[in-house]
Amino acid sequence: MSAVFEVKNLKRSFGGLVVTNDVSISMAPGDRVALIGPNGAGKTTFVNLVTGTIPPSSGEVRLGGETVTKVDAIGRVRRGLVRSFQVTRLFQDMTPAEHVGLAVLQRSGRAGRLFGSFLTMPDVMAEVSELLEKLGLAELAHRKVSEIAYGQQRLLEIAVALALKPKVLLLDEPAAGVPQSDTGRIEQALADLPKDLAVLMIEHDMDLVFRFAKRVIVLAAGTIIFDGLPADVTKDARVREAYLGSYAHASHVA
Amino acid sequence: MTVAMNNQTTLSRPRGGSFKRDLIGVIVIIVFAALGYVLFPDNLALLTRILAVALLVLSLDLVTGYCGVATLGHAALFGSGAYAAGILSAHYGINDPFLMTMGGIGAGAVAGLLCAVIMLRAHGLPQLVLSIALIYLFHEFANKASSWTGGSDGLAGIMPDAVFGIYEFDLYGHTAYFFGIALLLIVFVLLRILVRSPFGMLCRGIKEDPLRIRAMGASPNAALTKMYVISGAVAGTGGALSAISTQVVALDALSFTQSAEALVMLVLGGTGSLFGALAGTLIFMLFEDYVSAANPFHWLTMVGVLLIAVVLFAPKGIYGTAAAYFSRRREGSQ
Amino acid sequence: MQTVFSIAIDALAYGMVLFVISIGLSVTMGLMRVVNLAHGAFAMIGGYIASYVARDLGMGYAVAVIAAVVITIIIAIPIERLLYRRIYGQPELTQVLMTIGITFCIIGIANYVMGPTLKTIPLAGPLQGTADLGFRTISIHRLFAIVCGLVVALGLWFAIEKTSFGVKLRASVDNAAMAAALGVRTEIVYAVSFAVAVGLAAFGGVVGAELLPVEPYYALRYMVTFLVVVSVGGAGSIPGALIACLVLGAVDTTGRYLMPEFGEFFFYLAVIAIICVFPRGFAGRAK
Repeated sequence: MSAVFEVKNLKRSFGGLVVTNDVSISMAPGDRVALIGPNGAGKTTFVNLVTGTIPPSSGEVRLGGETVTKVDAIGRVRRGLVRSFQVTRLFQDMTPAEHVGLAVLQRSGRAGRLFGSFLTMPDVMAEVSELLEKLGLAELAHRKVSEIAYGQQRLLEIAVALALKPKVLLLDEPAAGVPQSDTGRIEQALADLPKDLAVLMIEHDMDLVFRFAKRVIVLAAGTIIFDGLPADVTKDARVREAYLGSYAHASHVA
Repeated sequence: MTVAMNNQTTLSRPRGGSFKRDLIGVIVIIVFAALGYVLFPDNLALLTRILAVALLVLSLDLVTGYCGVATLGHAALFGSGAYAAGILSAHYGINDPFLMTMGGIGAGAVAGLLCAVIMLRAHGLPQLVLSIALIYLFHEFANKASSWTGGSDGLAGIMPDAVFGIYEFDLYGHTAYFFGIALLLIVFVLLRILVRSPFGMLCRGIKEDPLRIRAMGASPNAALTKMYVISGAVAGTGGALSAISTQVVALDALSFTQSAEALVMLVLGGTGSLFGALAGTLIFMLFEDYVSAANPFHWLTMVGVLLIAVVLFAPKGIYGTAAAYFSRRREGSQ
Repeated sequence: MQTVFSIAIDALAYGMVLFVISIGLSVTMGLMRVVNLAHGAFAMIGGYIASYVARDLGMGYAVAVIAAVVITIIIAIPIERLLYRRIYGQPELTQVLMTIGITFCIIGIANYVMGPTLKTIPLAGPLQGTADLGFRTISIHRLFAIVCGLVVALGLWFAIEKTSFGVKLRASVDNAAMAAALGVRTEIVYAVSFAVAVGLAAFGGVVGAELLPVEPYYALRYMVTFLVVVSVGGAGSIPGALIACLVLGAVDTTGRYLMPEFGEFFFYLAVIAIICVFPRGFAGRAK
């Protein structure tokens, strides 16, 4: 299957410090990939490079066969590369319906309209209802975001991302900070993501990674040290070294 | 199936009766206009001036209240409209009040575009300073181009024709007053539609988190530029009204003081609400008229105290605080 | 050549006065992130006090300068305690309104107490007259202003780079929360910086009274100028502020000499050009 998302030899340095070194990833539609790595592995920089927030020193990002390395962050979203945020960044004074409505309007090129309201646009409302229902947020559709629970805000983040009809979805720790009781809902939402969507999830929680991903990529010190099946990741010597190196050393001393 | 039906109804529920509130707003404006006409028949000039400034403050509310751009140079858009309308009449003999208003709207929009292009290059304090620099630049430019603007003597020789060829702009200011009321009502209704529109929603999003808006694939700067142009058109309407009703344009129309006062009025009433902008303008201007007649310096002290008091005790402004109080009471009684 | 020379001296003197007054504003804005539009009002208060002490009480210039600085700081302390404390960390719009409000009050009160007329500060004997440089004579007062600017710049540089207070100040500017966690009492750093800033403003108001005459609308007239200087320099940066003052002083003075009918046109044009090229100011730091 042809790749919908490709990163080729991506490299970025700040001054003399190389934070992302020669990273290459290729994903096909429907892929479920988890990107993991110890703290300071360069995951955040990688996300910023891919979304176009910062430019790479060298290398290439391709989206649906088109090179988008020189396209800015907004252009990449419009071409189908959508991200969610590690900590929810929702508009506190707006309602879930408005969030999803705004995303649908933006995607369909109507966010600049000076009259009317999405509440009276049947096609937009149909989509808003469908998405909010799917994520179990329909009851809260007209509440202010500041009044709804954190777990529900995370679900709303996913709803907003889906409303943009992405080809590639970058999920930055979708369950971070959510109480244990609510993670089930989020996992269900992740399991229900459209089948043809390529999903790259950045995550710390290994349980979630193993349940969600069909493929795991491990980033350490800015380079990919593992790219393969979840079952193999814990057996890999370099991964053990990257994650357990310090502990192994500590126990040795003790 | 039933569940889906239920959800359908939750989502398409019409919210808070916004059309009802539009209607109430229009009625309130008309009632106040009538009251003003009955109570102050000899002071229609002041009331018309309040209408013109109200348009400026509404326009400022669009960029400051709805988009979160703080500016101390908004009179640039107002003054551009005033000069355009004035110059059309004084230099080109285009005296039709509607054409003059159109000229003001156009010039205001162009000035808005210019200000947006420059101001959106920076954020925070530098942006505020840019707005100040811009208003001084406009002011100096108008002062220098005295063959067009009359410089510091002001632009005279503005002689608007009768409205519809019937209603002359009389000495008592009746026609100007009704003309102003009509403009304000039209603008108010259009802005109510605007702030509810998809674009209005986009702008509210930009005010809260421009980065999030970018991640949704929309360009905050493009939207802000568009809002600035709209805001310029509104301020230009106010400027044109001021030129038509007073038949002169003074350099003050393009001053830092006018900009700062507009901001004070907006905050006094409450940002992010059209009613707040109107309330702030009305209260400030009436207050100013009574106090400054006595002693301009005491007036300054009182505005200062007023500002400090608003910041400390009513940060949402008079209308905002009152609205919050009543909605709390309503929730409490439920 | 003569013109070029006098423009240069005037520009330098003007730039230095701007620097002395604005540098306090720059440091406090970098430190407390407060858009303080009332800073010029403190310079004005300093000017009034010096004028009163030197002219009405007939005391010496040096006494007048010291009295101006000390009394202005004493006046500023309750204002900081009661009003400024409330706006630290608030949105810019709130800060703008509060400090404009303070400015208006001070103008109104100054006019009520001191009257609307322009106040002069009689110079000390040695500062009057001109100095002969051989090829050209220049006003000693201008030289005095320039020297004051240099002394303030060097003094601040020393205080910030070489003293333990400077270390705490820089740490607080960089990251107040982190500095507090490391045991820096940021409250005290804030209070001292504010006092120093106000004192410098008063000092600048007195020294610069020949160039920026003291009258009630002083606070409003130059409010924008000081803010512009800080913004163009980049809040919190001494070299940035110095460069901004010299560049803008030069632009403004040259404009006034060569094309007086354009007023401040060139000053503001330069401001726009500079901010468009350096959106965070000459020495602006990424937030």
